[in-house]
Amino acid sequence: MQTTGILEERKSSILLKNRKGSRAPITCDRASVAGAVSQRACVYCGARVVLNPITDAFHIVHGPIGCASYTWDIRGSLTSGSTLFRNSFSTDLREKDIVFGGAEKLKAAIDEIMEKYAPKLIFVYATCIVGVIGDDVEAVCRQAEKTYHNRVIPVKAPGFSGTKSQGYKLACNAILQLLAPHENQPKQNGINILGDFNLAGEIWIIQNYFREIGVPVISTMTGDANYETLIRAPSARLNLVQCAGSSLYLAQRMEEKMEIPFLKVSFFGIEDTTNSLLQAAKALGDKETTARAEAFTKEQSAKVRAAIAPYCEKLRGKRAAIYVGGGFKAISLIRQFREMGVETVVVGTQTGKPEDYETIQSLVNPGTVILDDTNPAELEAFIRKTHADLLVGGVKERPLAYKLGIAFCDHNHERKHALAGYEGVVNFAQEINLSVNSPVWQAVSSRTI
Amino acid sequence: MLNMTPKEMNERTALRINPCKVCQPVGAMYCALGVHGCMPHSHGSQGCCSYHRTYLSRHFKEPAIASSSSFTEGACVFGGNSNLKTAVKNIFDIYDPDIIAVHTTCLSETIGDDVKSYLQEMEIPEGKFIVHANTPSYVGSHVTGFSNMMSGFISYLAHSTGKSNGKAAIFPGFVNPGDMRELKRIAGLMRADCILFPDTSGVMDSPMTGSYEMYPRGGTKIEEIAALGDCDRVFALGELTSAQPAADLERKCKVPHTLLPYPMGIGATDSFVMALSRHIRGEVPYALEEERGQAIDLMMDAHPYYYGKSAAIYGDPDTVLGLTSLTLEMGMIPKYVITGTPGEAFVTKANALFTQFGTEGCTAKAAADLFELHQWIKNDPVDLLIGGSHGKYIARAEDIPIVRAGFPILDRYGHIYQPLVGYRGVMRLVEKIANAMMDRRDRDCADEDFEMVM
Repeated sequence: MQTTGILEERKSSILLKNRKGSRAPITCDRASVAGAVSQRACVYCGARVVLNPITDAFHIVHGPIGCASYTWDIRGSLTSGSTLFRNSFSTDLREKDIVFGGAEKLKAAIDEIMEKYAPKLIFVYATCIVGVIGDDVEAVCRQAEKTYHNRVIPVKAPGFSGTKSQGYKLACNAILQLLAPHENQPKQNGINILGDFNLAGEIWIIQNYFREIGVPVISTMTGDANYETLIRAPSARLNLVQCAGSSLYLAQRMEEKMEIPFLKVSFFGIEDTTNSLLQAAKALGDKETTARAEAFTKEQSAKVRAAIAPYCEKLRGKRAAIYVGGGFKAISLIRQFREMGVETVVVGTQTGKPEDYETIQSLVNPGTVILDDTNPAELEAFIRKTHADLLVGGVKERPLAYKLGIAFCDHNHERKHALAGYEGVVNFAQEINLSVNSPVWQAVSSRTI
Repeated sequence: MLNMTPKEMNERTALRINPCKVCQPVGAMYCALGVHGCMPHSHGSQGCCSYHRTYLSRHFKEPAIASSSSFTEGACVFGGNSNLKTAVKNIFDIYDPDIIAVHTTCLSETIGDDVKSYLQEMEIPEGKFIVHANTPSYVGSHVTGFSNMMSGFISYLAHSTGKSNGKAAIFPGFVNPGDMRELKRIAGLMRADCILFPDTSGVMDSPMTGSYEMYPRGGTKIEEIAALGDCDRVFALGELTSAQPAADLERKCKVPHTLLPYPMGIGATDSFVMALSRHIRGEVPYALEEERGQAIDLMMDAHPYYYGKSAAIYGDPDTVLGLTSLTLEMGMIPKYVITGTPGEAFVTKANALFTQFGTEGCTAKAAADLFELHQWIKNDPVDLLIGGSHGKYIARAEDIPIVRAGFPILDRYGHIYQPLVGYRGVMRLVEKIANAMMDRRDRDCADEDFEMVM
């Protein structure tokens, strides 16, 4: 394999699927190498992105201003209720607070919120230095709960204390803490959807499907969630886990504590959406629901295949590079591209697990480059080497793709259209077509001066 | 947001809502990207680096490279020395920059990492450089980080040989690449031989070539930073952004400096041009006189549409002061003028501008936030908002037109190429402001008042 531009320590995180198709392990789920230009974020970021879509909570960032500013309304999670979560709240710690401690300021900030708004739910995110300066965030939150009889949940998420995945876990624990007093509820017919953040309204699309096949959705985590719907979650009979990277742990704990079984699903692409709906219907165990799901998915699949056919025509033979956050999305995208006649030639994730990489290896063609926690230099090298026509990624990858003169689709926080469900398949095909077949790339290659 | 902001004001001492600033390291990173062949390095958790790169990418629509020390629990207990050592080795081995610019974070500052001594002990490859700046996130803002990083470069690299190189230096302040190009163009028209430091043009606005360059062509060169020590004079633009580095250079290399506001608006641009003219002991060329005349012509043509209109201006201190002085020249009332960056000097300077133009009833505040600005507007509205993207919530909630200017602009394209400085900047801003007011009039007026010719 060509190794220019690759750190020695990084080599075990890069894999080339070989001709024989044998499966080699990849190094993943580890802290980034010091000095690498990593595309990854931190523990705080992981916790914040999972909890932030809870619409009527006050999300207070306890730390210096940066961490609050950078996460102010950037997730693109839509709400059908409160818009509170789209504001930025923080304690904006200053030098004086670093010297004398910030606990008092946090307490005062909570008081100021309670006096004015009296919300039912507050999350307090403690960033890097809060532990170092010795603030007892838990005590402040506990005291506030006592004073105000609401929920004030600490999320101790210093950036250095692991990878982004660790932050997901902290977020899951915060949700569990919220649910704890409501664990013993009688079960009712219905499901929770975990690991969907309602980007571009995607959870509404999925909710509509379940309405069609007659399955009530009790709670969504955390897309378009609010305090009242969240505390009903323990009454569900089944949990569906979409983004396993962030929410599998929550599903496992809920199974343990609340006896709710779970299913791993994905609503990206025709194949995965159909399978997920059928599995969910089957797991709920009644024949009618299953029959409705079968009829519904069949009808939708046919409709969507017809709708994307003209795009597939234009996309056939193109080569895609994928670099996304979690493993499940990469896997769905490979399948989705296959359906569109597009070959995946590079695929990587920021936080994929070993089992994700195994699945990925089983799906891709020989010669495909597989990457964990990559950086711009590696991405560039492999995009060039494999002659990819387009890159699917997030905000940091967009300018890179454009600099290389290839098409781009944001499948992360900045996605412009819903990409989940059957509607999402059409939107995705449209969006890929819009970028890949734009005349702008001809201007790049047809240099005449 | 939208309707969440209450009209009734209550005092907040601890809670920050909807900030109008970010933290020092992102400013340091932007500054370092304005040095050719430089890898900015964030000494802290990797989230910091990732957030800063994302933030810069969102504003500039360009890749923003930087590396991180990727702190772990261990680094917090034992200090970040070994992380930094490994990082520096890896960066030179693999990314091969000419220079690494290390900035600290709240974490490395709080655990007491002595980056300076770490770097002194480090082996640096022949012909390569490392500089550093202390940029604790809990002091100042991104603007402070920008000037601290400039001071870092100066303290490591600027050097006086005792012999003048006959050049002037321009410190452009925290502005877009389009502004930096414009400053160089003006200096070129004046035939003043200048070093611009830092210079993100050609880096954060690099052209599409079909290949990705980790170190694009632009940026102030290391030898140019060294040569700052032999310049005859520094024109430090942005009295709150560039004063510190200019003072540092003066102290270190005895280079005198002239402190000027950002050349935004006619008066401030005149001051800059006249300062250059005095420096070169030459006349202002006709090309600039012509531009100035055109800018005033435009202001005159469109004046009925904005005269007497009120504006709220928010953003970085020197940018806000520049925009304030332009709006005052246009006969507008900059009713609310705020920055998130702390420092009372901002208020003093803004008040001086109000007095200079004899405008009453305007309020300036430093260390303010957009929530507070929104409350002021709810109680007493304005006709126009001028600032970065985060004001769009207020614009929508209160149905007030917004002109995007400053940092960050996350929701529009093209702004990084166009200047706010110089006479061309005046023309651009006047056009934007006049159009915003006139579009509003077209939208709101009755059928019988709807005019073809305005």
